[in-house]
Amino acid sequence: MERIFLDHASVTPVDARVLRFAEPYLAGGYGNPSSLHSVGLEARRAIEDARTKVADLINAEKEKTILFTSGATEANNLAIKGAALRNIGKGKRVVSSAIEHMSVLNPMKDLQKNEFELTTVPVDSSGIVDLEKLEDSLTRETTVTSIMYANNEIGTIEPIREISEIVHEKGLYLHVDATAAAGRIPIDVQADGIDLLTLSSNDMYGPQGAGALYVKIGVRIQPILPGGGQERGLRSGTENIFAIAGMGEAARIAREEMGAESACLSEMRDNLIEEILKIEETYLTGHRTKRLPHHASFRFSHIEGESILLLMDAQGIQVSTGSACSSKTLEPSHVLLAIGLKHEEAHGSMVLTLGRSNTIEQVPRVVDAVDKMVDKLRKISSLGKE
Amino acid sequence: MAQQIGYSKKVMEHFMNPKNVGSMDDADGHGKVGNPVCGDLMEIFIKVKDDKIEDIRFQTFGCGSAIATSSMVSEMAKGMRLDEAMKITRNDVADELDGLPPVKMHCSNLAADALHEAIKDYKRKKGEMVEEEEKPAGHTCEHNHNHCDTC
Repeated sequence: MERIFLDHASVTPVDARVLRFAEPYLAGGYGNPSSLHSVGLEARRAIEDARTKVADLINAEKEKTILFTSGATEANNLAIKGAALRNIGKGKRVVSSAIEHMSVLNPMKDLQKNEFELTTVPVDSSGIVDLEKLEDSLTRETTVTSIMYANNEIGTIEPIREISEIVHEKGLYLHVDATAAAGRIPIDVQADGIDLLTLSSNDMYGPQGAGALYVKIGVRIQPILPGGGQERGLRSGTENIFAIAGMGEAARIAREEMGAESACLSEMRDNLIEEILKIEETYLTGHRTKRLPHHASFRFSHIEGESILLLMDAQGIQVSTGSACSSKTLEPSHVLLAIGLKHEEAHGSMVLTLGRSNTIEQVPRVVDAVDKMVDKLRKISSLGKE
Repeated sequence: MAQQIGYSKKVMEHFMNPKNVGSMDDADGHGKVGNPVCGDLMEIFIKVKDDKIEDIRFQTFGCGSAIATSSMVSEMAKGMRLDEAMKITRNDVADELDGLPPVKMHCSNLAADALHEAIKDYKRKKGEMVEEEEKPAGHTCEHNHNHCDTC
């Protein structure tokens, strides 16, 4: 049975071209980029080459705006804590949306424990941030406002340019977590008016172990990992050259191929949405049109997500769910609750995220598997029977 | 896949091909435990003859282990004397399935409770005194949904 992997939001497999490009930096005798001798210099060049490629992906004004980190979690922590603590003289207020990733929400909560005031802005039923509430939550003391470019669980793309205008009327910095969006839709930090932006290598077919934070020229943050002063003193620690070089190459490929890839994947996405919504009591989660090109997410009444995942897997198709039974906390996804779903509704969610290994020819098999799965679980279920 | 979640082969067999699925219009006893809010709701229907469980059906909304434990308890109880069936514990069901992941032991291992409720329902209908267990046999997920650590 051919495997159909539809869980690219959890990981994108490293692209073969990325692996070929970066492998020498793992296997070869490359030095420490901080060393001044020729071997160190080669390593330094690899990192600077990657910096240029990542800067190009998001149209950053200068290469030096890109700081490499160990991943998106560290980049989010650095942006939020680094900016909030560096600018504490201006105020102790921070703002985020209710559907941010845990690596944004948890550093925010850490700040809250340290007497920062945190406001969480709600979203509407399609996951779009409530712009009026956002405006109301901002004051002159707001230093960091963090809103994601697009959501990983429901695929909704936020109106970042409008958000930027609102934030900059009163607040200081806008941080944008672009982990789910980068490489899928064009991002232009200058046109979008973004001060800090998080990127993840392994969400765009690069190796695990690298991420990046864009820090606009003039934006002031402080390190959260002080040490030997790498990355302009803002992120110390010997660089993971293999992962960084791979991330750079992944960014280059994403930039070049995004247009064609998105056109393909969004066609497949639309076919899947159209076919799967034909199943009774099935609903799309997230926005219908302001949606990532590779993202299709649903909820089915009367059935539960872990069972959905297992039965899809048994048919050779890997999906994910926001069900409580699949989470470490045994709570349903905070994103699904934030868009107004009841607990029992959130339990029945299924997320399909498409990637480079998928083709539109796979749609009928996926739809057939979903049909069978829903039918089987509803027959077993104690709900929905009168 | 099953290994990833930590399910035994037996759990997966019962999940993939559950036995005794369905309802009964003329059940002698009916038990219902759980709460869809928590992600599990189990119903068991029994037919009783000569103090023995002659037939049994179940319907379950829930995760893999919720469905597998329902199927397993129905197999265990079928043909059993009522007093014996009342002695089936959650642990017995888990043992018969070659174990459940620790996180699933409490929240989705309610099938034995549903069976006991069905038997008590039968006895009540017959006008027999029913000994209520100290712990309510209903769902233990009586938390405030900030954290499901009690269920």
